[in-house]
Amino acid sequence: MLPTTDRFKKGAKETLADPVIQMSMEAVYNGFHTKRQSAGADTEGWEDQRDRGRAIKEHTIENLDYYLEMLTDNVDANGGNVFFANDSAAATEYILNLASDRDVKTVIKSKSMVSEEMSLAHEMEAVGIEAVETDLGEYIIQLAGEAPYHIIAPAIHKSQDQVAEMFKQTTGIDPGDTPKELTTTARGMLRETFQRADMSVTGVNFAVAESGSIVLVTNEGNGRMCTSIPRVHVAVMGMEKIVPSMQDLGVMLRILIRSATGQRISSYVTMVNGPRRDEEEDGPEEFHLVIVDNGRMKLLADEKLREALYCLRCGACLNACPVYRKVGGHSYGWVYPGPIGAVVSPVLSGLKQASDLPFASSLCGACREVCPVRIDIPNMLLHLRQQVVEGPPEVRSVGRMERLGWKAWRFGNIKSGRFRRGGKLANRLGRPFARGGMFKRLPPPLSGWTRSRDMPLPAASPFRDRFKKRLAQSSQDSQSSEGES
Amino acid sequence: MSEQPARPTQIQLFVTCLVDQFRPEVGESVVNVLERLGIEVLFPEGQTCCGQPAFNSGFRSEARDVALHFLDVFDATEGPIIVPSGSCGAMVRNFYTEIFEDDPTEMARSTRVGERIYEFTEFLVDVLGEDDQFGGLGPQLEDTATYHQCCHLERELGVDHQPAELLGQVRGLEMLPMYRSEVCCGFGGTFAVKFSDVSTAMLDEKLDNASATGAATIVAGDTGCIMHMAGGLRRRGSDLKVKHIAEILDEAIGTIGKTNGAQA
Repeated sequence: MLPTTDRFKKGAKETLADPVIQMSMEAVYNGFHTKRQSAGADTEGWEDQRDRGRAIKEHTIENLDYYLEMLTDNVDANGGNVFFANDSAAATEYILNLASDRDVKTVIKSKSMVSEEMSLAHEMEAVGIEAVETDLGEYIIQLAGEAPYHIIAPAIHKSQDQVAEMFKQTTGIDPGDTPKELTTTARGMLRETFQRADMSVTGVNFAVAESGSIVLVTNEGNGRMCTSIPRVHVAVMGMEKIVPSMQDLGVMLRILIRSATGQRISSYVTMVNGPRRDEEEDGPEEFHLVIVDNGRMKLLADEKLREALYCLRCGACLNACPVYRKVGGHSYGWVYPGPIGAVVSPVLSGLKQASDLPFASSLCGACREVCPVRIDIPNMLLHLRQQVVEGPPEVRSVGRMERLGWKAWRFGNIKSGRFRRGGKLANRLGRPFARGGMFKRLPPPLSGWTRSRDMPLPAASPFRDRFKKRLAQSSQDSQSSEGES
Repeated sequence: MSEQPARPTQIQLFVTCLVDQFRPEVGESVVNVLERLGIEVLFPEGQTCCGQPAFNSGFRSEARDVALHFLDVFDATEGPIIVPSGSCGAMVRNFYTEIFEDDPTEMARSTRVGERIYEFTEFLVDVLGEDDQFGGLGPQLEDTATYHQCCHLERELGVDHQPAELLGQVRGLEMLPMYRSEVCCGFGGTFAVKFSDVSTAMLDEKLDNASATGAATIVAGDTGCIMHMAGGLRRRGSDLKVKHIAEILDEAIGTIGKTNGAQA
């Protein structure tokens, strides 16, 4: 599941050739993005809310150790256990040990991107524990044996027909093909699993430091089933998912949900304060909070990349991104797709092997425009590009030809005489191969351009020459008119 | 009324490397429009490129040297610097401070120069001001056009209403709205070459949406995007034209110039 350098281009090519996926991806813009835009426009003080959200994240990340300690103390006080995991292996080990210790046979999961970093469902299956995703989209891709395609809509790339076919293969009966019939089928299949599950693993949208609460934002109610039915509840979170207070939570929920789906509030917002108490009827006997680093300290330590930790995982940048919509989620090769994935994946999983990702962007800035906390993704991509070119040897990966090319470019651009002569030379050399002032085919690397676009021949007379001529002309004109008067 | 800043009578033109080499007509149109507004245009001859291509490709050391050259050339001049490109304007105004963040001397120079730089339409609308509009020249052009919103112009420089305002002053010019006008055309500098397939798919979407408007001309504010769309249209064999906004504005006042018969 690690990203590889060649995966992006290959994945992109395959996705571009898949009409079903291309059609599904339209929905990402016409649905999510459009709804997010109108939700913002309809919310009074929306831009101020975004600023407040950003300020909260900024403050929290600057004081992360303080708030993590506060959170830990309060989870403890609520009767829960906190475990800090340096990497996904440590987190997985803790959860697997817990499961075996508590004699767990069946685990139900609700959506969690961190658990995707851990490939937790796979790891559980590998040791003989039944692990079932209960979010409908996650359930679909689990059946398909795939990774999530989108942060909040993991099965967005699947058509209704494909889902129907998959359900049919799983259950042996024809589920019908309307969304309602499909949902009802999935519900039926999942209901029985909910009832026999011994343990749940959920994600965490926010953890409130002052109260030790964890908050889940869902639309299907599966999150609430997961937090109330099984006897053991394990919540996993990236260490950045923390907010100081309930008041802050209000701001964050407002901007998260509008940015994610355009709703004012999701169907369910579930708040968990530790295991069941004596006076309560429902809830788990045990509550564990697993706080995962898994490379996040690298983001925290890099001043240029730190704001990636402000991310709320709303998916708005994916929906707005013209590249994501064309190449789809799997091309990004790891858990996090889209613009934020192009920043986070190379850092969490290794820049050298994911060195294509920071370059796979036209830097159009649509992501920053929609990000609820205004993360400057283009600037972070630029920073990572610099790392690929000029960084320490272990992250550097750029070809010799490209280096030479930019050296030549520099040489031609630090003196205007060279610049002018370079243009003239290109014009003279290129002229025999151009038709109507345009090239149809050029050698690499420009072949990438001419594969689908004509390329103009540099002008025989560049602007600077024309301007000079014009000045000479006008001074001549004024001299001659002076002469006349 | 001494608070009112004096109307500039002279500007420095940073024409950009792409206009200089590939679309010199855009530069000529910029000069035509500014001169018709009574503004003298100076062209610092030492100019080359702002450094953006290397900067966006991660080659900061090379970008830095070219940026230093830019600062040498333009810091030696005075008055507003006009650039007919959102992207190059953003490079100088926003990204030089990234390049020189550890160098106080160069930082001071880039801030000084950055404060003087204006994108062409931004200058016409925001600097020349309300009562000194381009509209006063009586621009007129019988054409149908659709506007492509260039990403850096809009999102880096915040030039969001100025082009529409100017185009709205051209009598006879029918502006047709483009579906997803705000979506990138897929140019992105070396992105277009390195990720050719993806860039092409983005371009196809853009050109389909532009063609669907039924307009004769796409108007845009950045030469990179213009070359990209024009190259794609030519490959398609389409009649749709792509013009820089300066060319449209120039044509629109040229019409009046001709009917006045003032030029010999």
